[in-house]
Amino acid sequence: MSSTTQAGGAGRIQRILHKPITAALIAIALGFAVAAALLAAAGYDPGASFAALFDGVLSKPKYISNTVIKAAPIILTGISVAFAFKTGLFNIGAEGQYIAGTVCAVLVGVKLDLPMPLQIPVVVLAGVAGGAAVGAITGALKARFGIHEVITAIMLNWTMLYVNNFVANSAAYHRPSSTASLPVNPSSFTTILPEWKVSDAGLEALRQVPWLYDFLVKTDVNIAFAVAVLVAAGIWFVLYRSKLGYELRAVGFSRDAAEFAGMPVGRNTLIAMTIAGAVSGLAGALMVTGIEPHSISTLAGFENYGFNGFSVALIAGSSPIGCIFAGLLFGGLLYGGQSVQMAVGAPTDIINIMIGTIVFFVALARVVPLLADRLERRRAQKRGAQHA
Amino acid sequence: MKKTRFAKLASVGVAGVLALTLAGCGGGNAASDGSAAAGSSTAGSDYQVSMVTDMGGVNDQSFNQLAWEGLQQLQKDTGIKVGYTESKQESDYATNLDKAVDNEGDLIWGIGFAMADALQTAAKQNPDVSFAIIDNAYPEADLTDNLTGVAFRSQEPSFVVGYIAAMTSETGKVGFVGGMRSDIIDTFEYGYKAGVAYANKESGKNVEVTVQYLESFTDAAKGKAAGQKLYSDGCDVVFQAAGNAGNGVIEAAQDAGKYVIGVDKDQYSQAPDNMLSSALKKVDKAVIEISEKASKGEKIGGQNIELGMSDGAAGISEHHEHMSDEVYETAQDLVTQIKDGKITPPGSEADYDAFVASL
Repeated sequence: MSSTTQAGGAGRIQRILHKPITAALIAIALGFAVAAALLAAAGYDPGASFAALFDGVLSKPKYISNTVIKAAPIILTGISVAFAFKTGLFNIGAEGQYIAGTVCAVLVGVKLDLPMPLQIPVVVLAGVAGGAAVGAITGALKARFGIHEVITAIMLNWTMLYVNNFVANSAAYHRPSSTASLPVNPSSFTTILPEWKVSDAGLEALRQVPWLYDFLVKTDVNIAFAVAVLVAAGIWFVLYRSKLGYELRAVGFSRDAAEFAGMPVGRNTLIAMTIAGAVSGLAGALMVTGIEPHSISTLAGFENYGFNGFSVALIAGSSPIGCIFAGLLFGGLLYGGQSVQMAVGAPTDIINIMIGTIVFFVALARVVPLLADRLERRRAQKRGAQHA
Repeated sequence: MKKTRFAKLASVGVAGVLALTLAGCGGGNAASDGSAAAGSSTAGSDYQVSMVTDMGGVNDQSFNQLAWEGLQQLQKDTGIKVGYTESKQESDYATNLDKAVDNEGDLIWGIGFAMADALQTAAKQNPDVSFAIIDNAYPEADLTDNLTGVAFRSQEPSFVVGYIAAMTSETGKVGFVGGMRSDIIDTFEYGYKAGVAYANKESGKNVEVTVQYLESFTDAAKGKAAGQKLYSDGCDVVFQAAGNAGNGVIEAAQDAGKYVIGVDKDQYSQAPDNMLSSALKKVDKAVIEISEKASKGEKIGGQNIELGMSDGAAGISEHHEHMSDEVYETAQDLVTQIKDGKITPPGSEADYDAFVASL
């Protein structure tokens, strides 16, 4: 009798350990633990540091607003990476596709000045097309010539960085005596109520509601997060509820089996990379249209929007919906981490180490279900031995 | 099975890539050791000075680091509270400045002219807080009462090292490597060229300057390639004003066994055998002085402050074993003349042309 309940309890633990979210939570907890140890070793109070971190994310409406704003692009690049991963592709090119999105949005948004309802879709779609094109190059090379997507994507990341610098410095787009390009026309802004909120009437109305004032006026609240949630839902639908998604995932599970089953593997690879690129490009376009300074600047190195998307996808276990939460967590860590230095004096490197540790443990966390299995087997053996 | 193995491999791969990325961004940590002291607010003063770095971060071996060292010194000397936030992305500038304001900063420094616009906006939104920027002078119309632009006359030390380069060169060819063409880097280039021209005039030499731009302040590999090119083309002294990318030039000098001239900080320790001199821009000193003034209630806002040798905010390295004593003495004399205003080194192409014509 007692052995059955024991087995039942063990079974429940088994089930919990097998859930992907458990692995993510354990990894996050371990990341915080390592950071706490580091902080303590360096002579800072871990409690106060984490308090500063959470205060920096949650203590004011505008902080929450900023966290959401910062999370939106990495949720999208995260979805891009996760989607590609589900189809068996390693989209390390999210960074370059993101940059392509920003560049194309600027190319169109600076020169074109249509009425807002037309301008916004045109500019955003330009960015989406830019990202999709870069993704498609990688996909086509893989599909046609079997060139590994990681190689081409890394090359394209750098290519896009220099294209970005070229455009920012070109005569037609450079803003004099700055390192930036001209900003896109205001008709393309995807900021929420960009003009009304700083007009006299708007300020007057918003002052009545202090938290909303804080939330709207002090930050560049924009539509990116809402779009990211919609895209997450859309990508989930495509992956799990459509014929295309079925085929794409089949390719992800096993190329050979999918091909044997008569699926066009090459075409699916191309489609998958194009969609992944489009999502990253969308992130870039929404950053340009949604956030000051609404322009691109000469980049010395990557801003890591794409690479942070990697961490997000990893923490989310490549689930598009999970990317929303992982992105918020990551955005919160990045944004809240800035407060720690000011509050307790700890160098920001420690926050970076914490983020790195979480990602590291998430990767390691794949071991957790294996450990659970081994635990179960050993217990079964023991039980077998007792019975004998 | 295949899928899970792929998944595992891939995730390890991702972790590896990320670890590399993060490591790449982290940079050295040695410089932040001192910040342990910065955290304790045992100080007597209530004045809070904060700084926001540009994308170089606080350990950039350049002006961000110098500014932070200056602030730490300031805290030690006066008990003024200091702190920093690092910007990782362009879009961080505005939100980091906002955080610094929320943290009850009285004076907030933006480091680097890339932050000029963000700082100006923050100054407008927070009229009670003082803002100052390193390496940018605002047009009159943009200066609000709480906004200070701080620029350096980098042409002054550049002029002196230009003189030293020309006098030390044996091949009659010296080089200049700049990060990206801008008004700021122009001050280095034309100051340096003017120094060479001055030496040519004084000693009857005919030293030529070859100029190269890297289009990068971070890519050390590019800097190294440019350095190698210059040295193999016959230059035996190269002055680099290219931030981190300039470190590549220093490496190239070590490989070629030729001379290189440091910038901003005294870079002697990086290559003692090859560092001819350094053109110093004392960001730390400027930050300390201006912060101190502000903390005492002196008005610093609404103006552009230009600092140079006469303010003790620029100079050349004390290390001079690779040049003759005579050259070093004349260099010191040039410093004095610049301080006294007898020589005004040019900081732009137009001024340079006028300067050369007047020689």
